[in-house]
Amino acid sequence: MSVRAVAKSVARPDTWRMSRAGDDPHDAADHEHGSELSETQLRVRALESILVEKGYVDPAALDVLIEAHETQIGPHNGARVVARAWVDPGFRRWLLTDSDAAIASLGYGGRQGEAMVALENTASVHNLVVCTLCSCYPVPVLGLPPVWYKSAPYRSRAVADPRGVLHDFGVELPADTEVRVWDSTAEVRYLVLPMRPAGTDGWEEAELARLVTRDSMIGAGLPKRPQDAR
Amino acid sequence: MNGAHDMGGAHGFGAVVPEPDEPVFHADWERRVLALTLAMGATGEWTLDAGRFARENRPPAEYLSKSYYQLWLAGLEQLLVERGLVTPAELAAGRSLRPATPLRRTLAAGDATGSLKRGRPTNREAPRPARFQVGDQVRAKNMHPLTHTRLPRYVRGHTGTVTRAHGCHVFPDSNAHGQGEDPQWLYTVSFPGRELWGAGADPTVTVSVDAFEPYLEPTP
Repeated sequence: MSVRAVAKSVARPDTWRMSRAGDDPHDAADHEHGSELSETQLRVRALESILVEKGYVDPAALDVLIEAHETQIGPHNGARVVARAWVDPGFRRWLLTDSDAAIASLGYGGRQGEAMVALENTASVHNLVVCTLCSCYPVPVLGLPPVWYKSAPYRSRAVADPRGVLHDFGVELPADTEVRVWDSTAEVRYLVLPMRPAGTDGWEEAELARLVTRDSMIGAGLPKRPQDAR
Repeated sequence: MNGAHDMGGAHGFGAVVPEPDEPVFHADWERRVLALTLAMGATGEWTLDAGRFARENRPPAEYLSKSYYQLWLAGLEQLLVERGLVTPAELAAGRSLRPATPLRRTLAAGDATGSLKRGRPTNREAPRPARFQVGDQVRAKNMHPLTHTRLPRYVRGHTGTVTRAHGCHVFPDSNAHGQGEDPQWLYTVSFPGRELWGAGADPTVTVSVDAFEPYLEPTP
């Protein structure tokens, strides 16, 4: 068994919660206590009741915040930015030199994307973005980060073994490709501009946007190939 | 602080496991925790940096055994109690037991979208000229504050090159602890992988961090 296979087999021990894909409200621990609701669910309910009762939070504002993150703010925004850069060389130059202004011209910006920098992947350079200290992520263009981005395996290894991390995503780069890892340690948020897939000459911007995956804009994946999208 | 949150270069966590077609939230309570955290953040009763410190400042075993949104919940409860806005007895009772404390402001539903759109920019006017320029060789200080910092351990003591300058920004090390924004110059510093991880490391790798000026010193 290779080292990597061993690592995979121990990737999700029950005690390691941050690497799990979420929190099952009906997990074993809850059944042990014979409760319908987990301790976490009860704590959250209690806290929300208190904050609403005291007038610290407006329940309607909570609903707006949730709805915004589930519908308006997501990787479909970043995909539009990338597709525009693929079809419009002027926009691409603007995006790479003044990312905030270029992204704002498509209507995106704000919380956790107050200062954004786009990083261009080329035939010789591949960029990978991480936040080793927490979960910093360009939210206006990518939405909330996936669990793996916030997990210990990714945060620990992306800076020390980026090619190993890319292997976990099924991405193998040429041996001489320069790998640039960006650890988002301050308030600058990084968006990867992936390479336009071959075989897409003449494609419309909206069609191209459908090839742009969330992972490709983090650098952990590549865009879809034309044959996978049509 | 040298907490469990500072994970760069740690071993033993296994492979990254992507989740196909991952939903934005995995349980309804996660939605509520995100929204409560953002709504309370908008009151201005604490800073973004204080929020981060509240999540990371806990025993490593606790940090590692909680899920992401469980950490957010714990951080939020802690901030509310520390600032006297909610008491532990109220958290235990699940209801308000005493009058509310007047807040600086609250987030109205009509302003929630606008608040997300505006964000909270951290760039500030420069109080002094920059000490470093793009192209300078710098060393990340060998420093180990007990308080909040954004200089990860894996770069401390190592030499890199300033590759970008981002102007002046709110200094998290100060702002997390009620000591004001104390704006500092912010740079991207790029380190060869071999400088960080040794001669056997992948020669094609470069790792960049965004480092505030007080984290850096000129190379001798």
